[in-house]
Amino acid sequence: MSDARSRMVARAAREIAPGMVVNLGIGLPTKVVNYLPADFPVCLHSENGLTGIGPTLPYDKADRNLIDAGGAYVSTIPGSAFFDSAVSFALVRSGRLDLTLLGAFEVAQNGDLANWKIPGKFSPGAGGAIELAQKARRVVVMTTHCDRKGNPKLLEACTLPLTAKGRVARIYSDMAVVDVTLEGFALIELAEGVSLPELREATGAPIAIPAGDIPTF
Amino acid sequence: MKLPDKSTTLEEAVAAIPQGATVLVGGFGVPGTPFTLLHELARQGQRDLVLVKNDANEAGMGIDHLIASGQVRKLIVTHLGLNANAIAAMNEGKIEVEFCAQGILAERIRAGGAGLGAILTDIGIDTELANGKQVVEMDGRPMLVEPALRADVALVHAATADPFGNLAYAATARNFNPLMAMAATQVIAEAETLLPLGGLAADVVETPGAFVDQVVELTELSQEYGIVRR
Repeated sequence: MSDARSRMVARAAREIAPGMVVNLGIGLPTKVVNYLPADFPVCLHSENGLTGIGPTLPYDKADRNLIDAGGAYVSTIPGSAFFDSAVSFALVRSGRLDLTLLGAFEVAQNGDLANWKIPGKFSPGAGGAIELAQKARRVVVMTTHCDRKGNPKLLEACTLPLTAKGRVARIYSDMAVVDVTLEGFALIELAEGVSLPELREATGAPIAIPAGDIPTF
Repeated sequence: MKLPDKSTTLEEAVAAIPQGATVLVGGFGVPGTPFTLLHELARQGQRDLVLVKNDANEAGMGIDHLIASGQVRKLIVTHLGLNANAIAAMNEGKIEVEFCAQGILAERIRAGGAGLGAILTDIGIDTELANGKQVVEMDGRPMLVEPALRADVALVHAATADPFGNLAYAATARNFNPLMAMAATQVIAEAETLLPLGGLAADVVETPGAFVDQVVELTELSQEYGIVRR
């Protein structure tokens, strides 16, 4: 992982407060656990029917019946629980899920999220993403600031099919921490070495800049 | 009194699946997928099937064999991102695919198993998953009507069973299995271990045998049940 990405993941890990029930999306969000102390009190949820996700295991130590929603061979910790898919999403929809960290193709300045379909190119289905994005108490996005072609992912409006409307509260990118407010995007922190003109250039919507010194991560 | 014995052979159990059946298939990735029942279904060759499953397994595994052999008319799934063959079959129009939000698929099946007609939910109401669905107002809020899913057949995988069809599951191999085991006219369970009646304590039974029609003991676990080294 690039240095900027590692710092983004480390910064995003501070979203997780003691006592929370948290679902981490596949990919970058899963990596935030590496930045939590081993004894940090948090309950990680996996859509396929597990609360209390333990460390990922090497193949020779893995249990063939114990995976996370991304297919990684994980383990249990003292107090873990297994349950079926209906119970798993009852937890998500009923308000018991405090936080979800998700990836994104596009995020709009009103908090709309698109992360499941690129018509004509990528449409494998949303799995549990729609319910996570629509019902977690707090929805946070972790993403590179631009796509692989350098196009902004933070936009005035999403162009791709939506996952959920108006639900994203904050974005952690490799360039900045950005909040979604009633007035649109607002800069909270800048990644070290990123200038304001660079950030504006890479952002596809207006972004409010705080007065005074801007904290870095 | 004694509980009835529903244990049977693999061949006999799968022969109960008619052409054109709608079939619920347990599993989320490898855990809980009834690979042996699926293999036998591929061997017997029933066609024009509608399969309901969380995912499409991976290429060369599970329901992928049925897609490859042209036995599948339609898939109802939550995603099929791990199976390039299934995506290609969808894009080429060889199979019809209906996507459903994961927890809503679970609730539709649960409703089917509970003898209900539909559920109401706002999940996906702002997305294209709402296209073509009936909307009703409940307590002043718009809700999608998601019809219950009840099938002709359910194929489920259990860790342990008894001859009456009481089932218990392992770890994350539960997933859709306990829900599907309630939601079909013909419920066929494969079990890694078949204990005699009384061997499965009443306290650990997750699916009561009264929901289950046939039980097949697995004499061996094929490679597909094992660890996938990616």
